[in-house]
Amino acid sequence: MGKRTSGWRKWLGAALIMAASSFTLAATDAAGGADGMPVAAAGGKAATTADHSKFKELQGPFKTGPEVTKACLACHNEAGHQVMKSVHWTWEAISPTTGKKLGKQHAANNFCGSILSNETRCTSCHAGYGWTDKNYDFTNQENVDCLACHDTTTTYKKVPTDAGHPLYAPREMPKGSGKIVQPPDLTRIAQAVGKPGRENCGACHFNGGGGDAVKHGDLDTSLIKPSRDLDVHMSPDGENMSCADCHTFNAHQPSGSRYAAIAKDTKGVDMKHVDHNRATCESCHDVTPHKDERLNNHANRVACQTCHIPEFARGGIATKTLWDWSTAGKRGPDGKPLFIKDDHGHLSYSAEKGDFKYGENVRPSYKWYNGVVHQIALTDKIDDSKVLELNRVEGSASDPNARIWPFKVMVGKQPYDPVNKTLVVNHVYGQDDTAFWGNFDYTKSIKAGMDYAELPYSGQFDFIETRMNWFITHMVAPKEKTVRCNECHTRAEDGRLVEITDIYLPGRDRSALLDRLGFGLAGLMLVGAIGHGSLRFLSRNKRKHDKEH
Amino acid sequence: MSERMYLFTRFERFWHWMQAALIIVLLVTGFAIHGSHGLIPFGKAVQIHEVAAWLLIGLWTFAIFWHFTTGAWKHYIPTAQNIDRMVRYYAYGIFVGAPHPYKVTLERKHNPLQRLAYLGVKLVINPIIWISGLLYLFWADLAGKVPAGLGLEQVATVHTLGAFLMLAFLIIHMYLATAGHTVFAHIKAMITGWEDAHDEGPANAGATRQQGSRS
Repeated sequence: MGKRTSGWRKWLGAALIMAASSFTLAATDAAGGADGMPVAAAGGKAATTADHSKFKELQGPFKTGPEVTKACLACHNEAGHQVMKSVHWTWEAISPTTGKKLGKQHAANNFCGSILSNETRCTSCHAGYGWTDKNYDFTNQENVDCLACHDTTTTYKKVPTDAGHPLYAPREMPKGSGKIVQPPDLTRIAQAVGKPGRENCGACHFNGGGGDAVKHGDLDTSLIKPSRDLDVHMSPDGENMSCADCHTFNAHQPSGSRYAAIAKDTKGVDMKHVDHNRATCESCHDVTPHKDERLNNHANRVACQTCHIPEFARGGIATKTLWDWSTAGKRGPDGKPLFIKDDHGHLSYSAEKGDFKYGENVRPSYKWYNGVVHQIALTDKIDDSKVLELNRVEGSASDPNARIWPFKVMVGKQPYDPVNKTLVVNHVYGQDDTAFWGNFDYTKSIKAGMDYAELPYSGQFDFIETRMNWFITHMVAPKEKTVRCNECHTRAEDGRLVEITDIYLPGRDRSALLDRLGFGLAGLMLVGAIGHGSLRFLSRNKRKHDKEH
Repeated sequence: MSERMYLFTRFERFWHWMQAALIIVLLVTGFAIHGSHGLIPFGKAVQIHEVAAWLLIGLWTFAIFWHFTTGAWKHYIPTAQNIDRMVRYYAYGIFVGAPHPYKVTLERKHNPLQRLAYLGVKLVINPIIWISGLLYLFWADLAGKVPAGLGLEQVATVHTLGAFLMLAFLIIHMYLATAGHTVFAHIKAMITGWEDAHDEGPANAGATRQQGSRS
């Protein structure tokens, strides 16, 4: 009976998800197709109840982003306030498990560093306009950027250096390239709004850390049109789902966060719950999705992702695996800042950023995780006697809430204050005489950053090795490409779970003493049998011989 | 003399050879799971091991029922009588062509050493394997129901111990199967059920040769 119920739930869940995702596509198509413009995703027939291109509020012409926002808010009069409560706007999150104030504004990372003093560059990914400095007005709803998420034409682009604004006039980009980039047609874009698609989310989340695939490892532009092998959910040959099909939004609040990823979803299929939070595998697949009971039992201690994402960065785009800030600032023989590319065309050294390493098809690291992440904040006292783990994930075999999860472990080396024992704010971006990316002088850039942030700084800096754990949870492979049993259940030194030592893992672990005694006993028996048998044979021959004579 | 005995019934032979095949399959797959060899990938080995285990459990259930309903269990009652003569025979007599000290009859199919060995398998090795094996198999469902301190490691270790004992038994058993009056005499009897009578035995072995009536 119980089995049947859960089967029904699964079926119903899948049906509803599919209905929801086809609605997304239909809405996108209708909105984009109204004036024959290319659309983000091709889908079924129009099923939306409103054609935004016919609204008089959206006839424009619009000259700036905030003008469009004002028009949106005229009808969607709650949307601005909803967005302003979301992490996409605040860049602030309170960890539900540790209570610590995190988010991009406070959490330390081993990529670009801090947004403080670098706002105009960093906030090109802010769901808003005009965050140019630390005095930004977070209460002005007209600065909310609706189009970043709701553009369906793929023509809306935020300029990397304009504090979240798109281009408003033709501009040469990059500078000195002779390439003149035209501003997007905001009026057309505003008339074609729809549900967010992959390109919308991907514009920032695929490019985290300053470029395609740099940060996450399991998120890059290969997911815009992935093969089924790369992502069974997002592939047009698979379920063709978009990001928001799983990362459901409630009043513009996204679900699923790395500050408190759900380690073990015990609720299962989401449809019967009110929280409308679908960002776990179990939300659709339930807690016992396998036909094989043994595999279902694994799910109690092993996250789905551990077996179903065999490698990350599988889409042909390398992810950054090491970033060493300590070597930054070198100049070439010509006196110009040094940049070195490797055989694949990736920067292996940048005077602005230091040394890099990259990886494709990378096997994740595996760690216990119970839902608690100990994320270091910028102001935390750190222990500089060892490698600093910026976001230690908690958990062990004895913790019933913990499961074994896959991670990209980013290796970093970054500046810190060895006297005050804190990480530092490095002022990298800006047209001034302290910014590191123009002057290549840490003494000045860190001082400027710390002064700007109004944080205590001894004036001395050094570099500390850091590690950062990135949940691997996208790029889910089809079931025939999952991790095989013997990749973990093996004595091989490169077995996937070599770092998980607090469990007994069949196929890997054994009592060496018992093995010696056991095979010793069997060996003795064998030698005894052979010896006894040989004697029988010889003595019989002798008897035969004796008889004959 | 050429008197023949129908020593092993059809069920006994089926039981014996099925058991032999399953035990060998279980040993091979079990040591694959254990990581001792890589002839079968882990996942496949687990699947085969589990199917073979259930088949053997089923076979065992039938065999236990059969032993008690037919009274065949009495063949395993241990005796210390004449055990020294058996040991002396295997240690010396067998090399000088001494007669086998034990006379097999339908009432007493097994010599004292056999009785001890088979009883050891049934009362020691099998329980070790089955109890630890079932715990292993249902470990995930037993969370919180087993005494603290009993971990998968202990269960697996005991199961492996059982496997080693079974392996040792298997080797000796296979060797002694060749120690009849000819190399293939015992094996042939186990296949056809018929034991060829032979006249080497001492008259005073204490056994009266009997025909027919099975106990």
